[in-house]
Amino acid sequence: MNRIDKKFRDLKSKKKPAFIPFITAGDPDLQTTKALILEFEKRGADIIELGIPFSDPIADGPIIQASYYRTLVRGIKVAQILDMVSELRAVSEIPIVSMVSYSTVFKGGCQAFIEKACKAGLDGLTIPDMPVEENNDIFEAAKKHDFKIVCFVAPTTTDGRMSLITQKSQGFLYYISVVGITGIRDSLPEDVVQNIDKLKKLTATPIAVGFGVSTPDHARLIGRVADGVIVGSAIIKEIEKHTSESSEKLVNKVGEFVGQLIEGAKG
Amino acid sequence: MGTTTLKSKVQKHEDSCRVASFPDKLGHFGRFGGKFVPETIMPALDQLEKAYLEAKNDPAFNTELEYYLREYVGRPSTLYYAERLTRKLGGAKIYLKREDLNHTGAHKINNTIGQILLAIRMGKKRIIAETGAGQHGVATATAAAMFGIECDVYMGEEDMRRQALNVFRMKLLGTRVIPVASGSKTLKDATNEAFRDWMASVRNTHYILGSVVGPHPYPMMVRDFQLVIGREVKKQILEKENRLPDYLIACVGGGSNSMGLFHPFIEDKEVNMIGVEAGGVGPGIGQHASTLTSGKVGILHGSASYVLQDDDGQTLPVHSISAGLDYPGVGPEHSYLKDIGRAEYVSITDDEAVNAFQECARMEGIIPALEASHAIAYTMKFAPTLNKDKIIVICLSGSGDKDSFEVAKKLGYKI
Repeated sequence: MNRIDKKFRDLKSKKKPAFIPFITAGDPDLQTTKALILEFEKRGADIIELGIPFSDPIADGPIIQASYYRTLVRGIKVAQILDMVSELRAVSEIPIVSMVSYSTVFKGGCQAFIEKACKAGLDGLTIPDMPVEENNDIFEAAKKHDFKIVCFVAPTTTDGRMSLITQKSQGFLYYISVVGITGIRDSLPEDVVQNIDKLKKLTATPIAVGFGVSTPDHARLIGRVADGVIVGSAIIKEIEKHTSESSEKLVNKVGEFVGQLIEGAKG
Repeated sequence: MGTTTLKSKVQKHEDSCRVASFPDKLGHFGRFGGKFVPETIMPALDQLEKAYLEAKNDPAFNTELEYYLREYVGRPSTLYYAERLTRKLGGAKIYLKREDLNHTGAHKINNTIGQILLAIRMGKKRIIAETGAGQHGVATATAAAMFGIECDVYMGEEDMRRQALNVFRMKLLGTRVIPVASGSKTLKDATNEAFRDWMASVRNTHYILGSVVGPHPYPMMVRDFQLVIGREVKKQILEKENRLPDYLIACVGGGSNSMGLFHPFIEDKEVNMIGVEAGGVGPGIGQHASTLTSGKVGILHGSASYVLQDDDGQTLPVHSISAGLDYPGVGPEHSYLKDIGRAEYVSITDDEAVNAFQECARMEGIIPALEASHAIAYTMKFAPTLNKDKIIVICLSGSGDKDSFEVAKKLGYKI
């Protein structure tokens, strides 16, 4: 069974939401990324969303963009990221889903990309710039490898598209809480709860919520209504704050922050 | 030839244009095109496509568009026989399609008038755009001012420096110019930023993309708004020469002026099409913007096309002296024309373009945009190899006034 499916099944029996921290692979370096993942796991994170840096991310706000940029400037390659995941698999079974641009997936061929990702030990992909109707092959290829292509629903998604997307999404469904890009926000939009309820009626697939979820209070609110809470920019910002310190110190500080978010989500 | 025969000839060509009916329903031109954008803006693209297809078939919309193109833009633009340049080069007869004579000095306004009318039709309250050379930004700002709609234009900081005059023009027109400091600080990054704005503002804002790039329906729609260039050329050349041209030559950045010129001739097999890309200062990474002549198939800004990328799909740096060609992608329909062999793509260096810029000024009394100077530069090499009975039409896509400072600097003049 795919690690993501197993995780959601276990959480369901415990009646707890999944906490899913997002980090950029290689920010500030791959060894620290590996250490961060293990630290998050130790503190109770359920699934890792690992961002593969992209030069032109349209869905991302300044914080994640800057982190991608920092990483790419140092010349990181996808192959190195996958090697790090392979290494990690020797010591951890935490489910990992990679956020990756379709540009990167398409370049080497979708089939080949999934095979490589699978072999390295990734459990799924979120491809923010690949709409569900564009590529049926990728969903089929994923099925063959018990790999997951996680799809997005936005507040602007029409009812017709919503049912198409809920049918396609594998592992879980990513609900984008805001009309806009990723980033830290003071409050969540009022229609979040209502929209999650609507989605729940359409599908039995677990629903995780991201974009703008920034504080333990936000995590608590989302954790009560959704199956998963995704936090990205707020964690990246915390990493950015501690990049001048030693790797151990950074991992510890960011770990503490993620611990608070987990407490919020599961409280 | 009598008027009737001429008319029937024009009609026949207009019919054949309809045969070239790309893209398919999902916006694919063969293996190119598509819609690769975040879910948040997918519904807006669907809405835009629906609104556009309705408008396209609405006589009232077309009448209104024609009215503004005629009365405000000043169409049709002339097809001018460049006699001295022709004589000096000693080969094919050269015509210039004078898009520089349009209001705002470039072809970009054909598209912005069309899209702003569409935005009004869709009830959108705000306009955003990206710009490289500033010509699309100015054309958008102009249309927004004329219709009294709020407008924000994203522009890379490097381009703002190179095109300070256009920045000022946009401000005069009441547009807010938003500097983009990310990445290479040029057109690609301005486009990213405009998409990011649209991610958040999509409910009340229309994004006027300036070229035949981006997700469906933009490549189709922008092309359609630019078809007026080629349709006029067809009519004008038949009137002047009683036959179609042998070669169409136009510069290609994203590719809107060239597609506007080429497309109405796609079914006319005797007409050859040559797109001229920016060869910059050399063939190395970051030295040029020759997407079709040296790129590979990838995804950028919402569509599959030739792109300058590394093997991980990361966009590579590009360079051109011309801000309007300084772009690592190209319209998907150009990629398709290249693959089926219908159009040919070549490249011209910065120096060759600057030389053509001066040559056109001295020989014809026309200062061409640096973008169009690439097409002229290629013609200067190509025309002498052809017989005198051959005809070349160059799309002179814009005026070079905006480039005067940059060229002066390059030539060592202090203004």
